[in-house]
Amino acid sequence: MSLLQVDQIRGGYGDVDILNGVDIRVEPGEIVAIIGPNGAGKSTVMKAVFGLVKVREGSITYRDKEIANLRPDQIVRQGLCYVPQEKNVFPTLTVEENLEMGAFIRNDDFSQDLEKVYELFPALYEKRRQPAGALSGGQRQMVAMGRALMLNPGLILLDEPTAGLAPAIVDLIFQNINKVNGLGVSIMMVEQNAKQALRMCHRGYVLTTGRNRHHDTGENLLNNREVAEMFLGG
Amino acid sequence: MAEFLQLTIYGIVAGSIFSLGAIGLSLVYGILRFPHFAHGDLITLGAYFTLLPVSILGAPPELSFFFGVAATMVVAVAVDQILYRRLRKVAPVILLIASVGVALILRSLVQLFWGAGNQYYSQGIDMPWRLSGVNVKPDHLLIVAGAVILVVLLHLFLQKTKTGKAMRAMSDNADLAQVTGIEVNKVIIWTWVIGGGMAAAAGIFLGLDTRLHPVMGWRILLPVFAAAILGGIGRPYGAIVGGLIIGLAQEYSTVILSPPYKPAVAFALMVIMLIFKPTGLFAGRKA
Ligand SMILES: Nc1ncnc2c1ncn2[C@@H]1O[C@H](COP(=O)(O)OP(=O)(O)OP(=O)(O)O)[C@@H](O)[C@H]1O
Ligand SMILES: [Mg+2]
Repeated sequence: MSLLQVDQIRGGYGDVDILNGVDIRVEPGEIVAIIGPNGAGKSTVMKAVFGLVKVREGSITYRDKEIANLRPDQIVRQGLCYVPQEKNVFPTLTVEENLEMGAFIRNDDFSQDLEKVYELFPALYEKRRQPAGALSGGQRQMVAMGRALMLNPGLILLDEPTAGLAPAIVDLIFQNINKVNGLGVSIMMVEQNAKQALRMCHRGYVLTTGRNRHHDTGENLLNNREVAEMFLGG
Repeated sequence: MAEFLQLTIYGIVAGSIFSLGAIGLSLVYGILRFPHFAHGDLITLGAYFTLLPVSILGAPPELSFFFGVAATMVVAVAVDQILYRRLRKVAPVILLIASVGVALILRSLVQLFWGAGNQYYSQGIDMPWRLSGVNVKPDHLLIVAGAVILVVLLHLFLQKTKTGKAMRAMSDNADLAQVTGIEVNKVIIWTWVIGGGMAAAAGIFLGLDTRLHPVMGWRILLPVFAAAILGGIGRPYGAIVGGLIIGLAQEYSTVILSPPYKPAVAFALMVIMLIFKPTGLFAGRKA
């Protein structure tokens, strides 16, 4: 059974459909990349999964449970986390408070998970008492990912985790995504750095104008001539 | 010198009251992004609710305080859940206008139940102590001590409790708070509990210092707004400092201006702030 199954969804903001029948699935343990031109609806797919965009048709199941149009806090309770494209930390809260907010729905002791995040991202431990807004872009991305990990999620949705970061930091973020995946957490990510994303993912989807355009293993997509011309700079 | 000290004492007392009002205004703005014009009437309501146990049971105002605060919290939450909640998806200006409506309704209800005249918590005169030419009333001490205690409690709530942290998180970024799993409506209810409670305390202290009147809260709404804006609206800690500045400025101004101009001083400070530093003294809050 797939972990996440997005089946022929249609939906959008207001009355206009942005998504015109999108299919995506994520298997346990996988990294799935979504690429496509600006405005293709990549972020909208993630918002639809997370209950932020109305799904008018189709179905979204997580661990075989229908989650389309649930409230975000209900979706978080299923074990799904979402790191939005930008503004993804609470700037005036300290790093540690940001991580605590990730565990908001938990009523048990989460100190072990806090330890785990600091082990994964030692830089955050040193800055745990600083406001997250004072951190560098790369570190903020770690805070955002760490916050998602506080729930021991089965799947994390990452919307452009490397947007606007220097190349060296981009590599670091991709390494971190691999580390998180190594813990057994599945990843579904939207990426502008298409080449790197396709190299590290198990499978990839190419979206254009709210539709599936291509779907294959990362390697095959890298070698696909049409994909190469469209997104990978020839 | 004695006059300066005397004005400082009056300024701190008035400032404590403004601060308590401005905290709620700022919290509500931070979470719901609209200026709550009915806040003055929550202040009034708090003062009048406290009158109930005093006039019916003859309870001392110090104890009735808790009743007034609790009852105002209930009204604040009810108004939000019954009215404001339905308007959250539309533009903030609609909420603003709705809150003006709520202000008028609350004021009329107060007049209906308690009449339009002045009322007092106690009939006797609060004899001031004279300390080297300066008058201090016991009530002044009570007001300032009460405000300090409430501010410390607010600080502990915001910094140490899960709900308090979630409130700050939501004030930072409501959308992110939502996708993090924070139950947004729960945080909003807490915001009204605290904002309404602080407003009630402001009203009770104002009634203790002066008298009760159906427009008492509406009249101090201007300095309360000025305090919130001076502190950077959306920032409860700024509101505390803003309240003290406005309170002191209003009292000091009486050296050169006649006292009826006090609100003008608050208004002038607010306008100057909006022109030169609209983000407030403790800048940083995004619009
Ligand atoms: N909040 C919104 N309200 C209305 N329309 C929106 C909103 N957000 C996005 N859109 C529209 O939906 C379409 C898809 O946007 P989306 O953000 O999903 O694209 P994307 O593939 O993530 O692009 P990018 O690479 O720029 O992030 C665009 O035409 C955009 O203008
Ligand atoms: Mg996007």
